[in-house]
Amino acid sequence: MTQPAPSAQHHGPEKGTVTGPAAAPPSKPGGGMRALGLRVDVRNLSLLGVLAVLIAVGGFTEPDAFLDTGNLQLILTQSSVIGVVTVGVTFVIISGGIDLSVGAMVALASVWATTLATQDFGFAGILFTAVIVGLAAGLVNGVLIAYGRMVPFIATLAMLASARGLALQITDGKTQIVTVQSVLDLGLPDSYVLGIPPLVLVFAAVTVAGWLILNRTTFGRRTVAVGGNAEAARLAGIDVRRQRLYLYLLSGLCCGIAAFMLVILSGSGQNTNGNLYELDAIAAAIIGGTLLSGGRGTIVGSVLGVLVFTTITNIFALNNLQSDVQQIAKGAIIVAAVLVQRRTLRGSET
Amino acid sequence: MPETSRRGLLFGTAAVSAGAFLTACTSNEPKEKAVAQSNQPAADDKPGTPVTIGFAGPQADHGWLNAINVQAKSRAEKYSEVTLEITEGSNDTAAQIGQVKTLINKKVDVLVILPADGKALTQVGLEAMKAGIPVVNLDRIFASPQAYRCWVGGDNYGMGLNAGHYIGEQLKDKANAKVVELAGIDNLELTKQRSQGFADALKNYSNIKLVARQAADFTVESGQAKMAQLLQAQKQFDALWNHDDDQGVGALRAIQQAGRDEFIMVGGAGAKSAMDAIKADDSVLKATVLYPPTMAASAIDLARALGQSKGIAGLSEMEIPTSLTLYSAVVTKENIDQYLPTGFS
Repeated sequence: MTQPAPSAQHHGPEKGTVTGPAAAPPSKPGGGMRALGLRVDVRNLSLLGVLAVLIAVGGFTEPDAFLDTGNLQLILTQSSVIGVVTVGVTFVIISGGIDLSVGAMVALASVWATTLATQDFGFAGILFTAVIVGLAAGLVNGVLIAYGRMVPFIATLAMLASARGLALQITDGKTQIVTVQSVLDLGLPDSYVLGIPPLVLVFAAVTVAGWLILNRTTFGRRTVAVGGNAEAARLAGIDVRRQRLYLYLLSGLCCGIAAFMLVILSGSGQNTNGNLYELDAIAAAIIGGTLLSGGRGTIVGSVLGVLVFTTITNIFALNNLQSDVQQIAKGAIIVAAVLVQRRTLRGSET
Repeated sequence: MPETSRRGLLFGTAAVSAGAFLTACTSNEPKEKAVAQSNQPAADDKPGTPVTIGFAGPQADHGWLNAINVQAKSRAEKYSEVTLEITEGSNDTAAQIGQVKTLINKKVDVLVILPADGKALTQVGLEAMKAGIPVVNLDRIFASPQAYRCWVGGDNYGMGLNAGHYIGEQLKDKANAKVVELAGIDNLELTKQRSQGFADALKNYSNIKLVARQAADFTVESGQAKMAQLLQAQKQFDALWNHDDDQGVGALRAIQQAGRDEFIMVGGAGAKSAMDAIKADDSVLKATVLYPPTMAASAIDLARALGQSKGIAGLSEMEIPTSLTLYSAVVTKENIDQYLPTGFS
């Protein structure tokens, strides 16, 4: 761009800047929606490509351990808890917000749901407590952000600190072991439906629900609108504050469900649960094509992002690579995935 | 200079306990009896001159640290002449330094410090020593031997060593035995020491091969996740050493979920849940290697003896030793009843 500019000094640069924006507006009303849809598909397509490459690598390096149903069940199960959290976080990020408290909310909900007092109430007591604690924490976030006008980063950071603190206070640093058999059974192979672990079914259900809400309801469209331009959304008659409240409530709900799933998976509640989930969830959403500044993102992309991360971890573990190598490679893969994505995206635009 | 001598000290004690272990390996029972007596006071029970002991530890955010606080408190209560000034635990270095300084200003007779970060608390340890207050450094060691009068703590290398020898003895008649290791947080020095000890012990058994190692992060959740991967990677193996019983809860869950039971599992640290499982003998968990929280009680004993200028009963020394490395006993179904009271949750 800069190289030919001096030779065409008289009209070159002006022409460039004029035709650029001039060409863009006409396409917006007509082909805009289609272009947006295409763009999103390309993003997901490139992630699918990354996943395919990973599967090839896994199958090549550890054919016996990687390519069997047990490993597929394992990857999906290990994606399920963080996957549900990521769906909630994706909504928040699309709306232009951020939720740093998800890991802490999972910890608090799982710990609260596994105290001896809660366990006395059995399966329903644990499920109920996990969901309600998640919702309550999300409500606090939502009220602080929507009506207290706090910056989401700060409000959820405060929730991160206090929810972790409360979780520690409840457990006293102890590991709370679950003794309710009906909860424990849901994590064992006998409970699998047609070979699918119940946790994976929940993950699938949450994904489908998330997709429907984002793409097929007014709530979803409002979320995108608030994230794209909150002021414009307000002028268009959207109650932006209430929308924000609902979104953090939704994230809290997802954390509550995830906490219950984690209790099933690990058979216990511990205040260290959900460690760094906030970063994992945000990373998955970002490589899944969600814009950190809001206004754009997909549930499918986020879920693919989660699957990519879990598959990477799985391949590393099966190849017996140690955590130092894992961390270095993980960082490199995040950068590579985003770069590849950007390239394919640019390719599809021009 | 202090750096090397400390390392020398550590390796020295590790070597001594390694030697002690190997000799103990030939005999059968008496070793445990000697260890079990550690439940009794090190110094004599007769009340002496009054002693005020200041205790500063990190935030009890997991079971083991919680047990440290309980051990220290209950031990101090046993002595009528001992007053324990206990600070609220903190993981913040600055806050902990402040707490220790407060204890120095209060002019306590002896200090027991379990630093959140040993190196960072060295200066305040030195300050206490200069003020004439003897410091008992608990477990996480200061950067300089001048900062403490006596160090008492666990033996991470010895933990690995003893776990390795136990597994070695169980599998010694098995050809091409496969062993798997579920380590703790990899960027902690203690994890490296444990793994080193484990690897060194296994070298004594030519038929055993360490086929896989993954690091979890001391949490139940990570234990479940990493163990599930290990089980998927290794379709058959003979023994597993898990560095930490807390993450072991998750590991056992993963083993149950995978429906596997062809191997024996050895834990680490000595949690109540692990000890219960060993006693019940209904899972793959057959033993755990201690990192005894009773060291906090011993630290109180040592602090009291220092305050009263006594030696340790049973040793002919006039003075308290400068360093005490504790033995990581292997707890099995046979000796479980002795250790069950020290299990923490």
